[in-house]
Amino acid sequence: MYLRLLAIQGSWNYETLLGNGVGFCTEPALRLLPGGRGGDAYRAALSRQSRYFNAHPYLAAVAVGALARVELDGQPPARIERFRAALCGPLGSVGDRLVWAGWLPLCSLIALAAFGLGAGPGAVVLLFLGLYNAGHLALRAWGLTVGWRRGLAVAGALANPVLRRGPQHIARAAALVGGFALPLALYRAIGVGRVLSGAVLIAVVAGAVLLARLHGRVEGWRLALAALVAFVLYSVVRHG
Amino acid sequence: MTQTLADILPIALLGAVLGLDVVCFPQAMVSRPLVAATAAGAFTGHPLQGLLIGVTLELFALETLPFGASRYPEWGSAAVVGGALFGDSAPNVVGGLTTAALAALATAWVGGYSMVLLRRLNARWARTRMPLLDRGSGRTVIGLQVAGLTADLVRGGLLTALALLLLRPLSRLALDHWGASAASSRAFVTGVAATVAAAAAWKIFHSTNGARWFFIGGLVAGLLLLAIR
Repeated sequence: MYLRLLAIQGSWNYETLLGNGVGFCTEPALRLLPGGRGGDAYRAALSRQSRYFNAHPYLAAVAVGALARVELDGQPPARIERFRAALCGPLGSVGDRLVWAGWLPLCSLIALAAFGLGAGPGAVVLLFLGLYNAGHLALRAWGLTVGWRRGLAVAGALANPVLRRGPQHIARAAALVGGFALPLALYRAIGVGRVLSGAVLIAVVAGAVLLARLHGRVEGWRLALAALVAFVLYSVVRHG
Repeated sequence: MTQTLADILPIALLGAVLGLDVVCFPQAMVSRPLVAATAAGAFTGHPLQGLLIGVTLELFALETLPFGASRYPEWGSAAVVGGALFGDSAPNVVGGLTTAALAALATAWVGGYSMVLLRRLNARWARTRMPLLDRGSGRTVIGLQVAGLTADLVRGGLLTALALLLLRPLSRLALDHWGASAASSRAFVTGVAATVAAAAAWKIFHSTNGARWFFIGGLVAGLLLLAIR
């Protein structure tokens, strides 16, 4: 089940979202139901578990463990369906704040700081992957274990301090590292004199303030794409 | 200059594998530009150049985090394209970083759209097999998962190959007629990337109590370190 969790989003789509992935991950456990693989209990449970489901892909491990457990415990189908529906919301929002808005940017910014301090390609890549995946793989393992152990009582696990307060602490750490990393990474990436780097840094601060004020109305990377097209055209025309 | 299958195939395979990591398998973030572009640079024999464009693209990518059903650029295959193109050009070629970053951003944009199409395709496959899913067919559940993974792998590989076929000649053409100076070319692209990253960092952290002071504290420490180096 743990290895299957790594592919839980394999058939992600706009209609059932993670639904088929949850069925795919719980399937090995459902073979233990009376009648075995292909038996009536197996088929009924797999049908239930392959319907619409939404969660953060890493924290979906909590749901997979708990749902496999309640199926094997022989809970009534209606109760399992209510439990399954109740798991969706919290596992999505907590995971988004903890991982996508916290752990991932923090690890990325730490690697950018290492680059800014002069680390080479191997060191930067290994630092990023090692750090990120230590958290990633541990979170999936914890989720599956706690879900499997607690079954219907898994809601209490979501009160874990790491899930409740972790996003705040990680966001503060990422803010600190971000402030530190950006000028260092920029300076090394530009690779030329201090005067030009200083001018670029001032332009970056002004541009970032402007972009932050436009928050929600425009995506920075799209503006950047347009700016780069304009710069390439300018450069080619200037040559001609 | 013509491109042979032998030029494109290894990079396309790398783009396929790293494109798969973005959503489907295993989401270990080997698809982040920092890793993917460095890997592509290493493939072309220039890991340090790969890292440089990887850092530049990573700054852009900080803005677009993979939240649930939201639409975002596909950085895995795109960073492979950027790393391969920048690795192709000699380190002293003026404008190489700028054109490679532009190619990667364009590929990321198209790649994001290709993921939307793939998700619609997955939905269609699931819909047509709904009666079997309702009967609890294990073979169908596993088949849908394998089909989705395979389609994503093919998507990433095709995207990388097509991007290289189209953008490599365009990039070389632009570099042959490049008029801006080396310093301004590099400063422009990294400056734009850092602007996007700084705004993104603010967007992510500003709502957390006290985070803005941590950011400012880190910024002061970073600037002080630069000043004394």
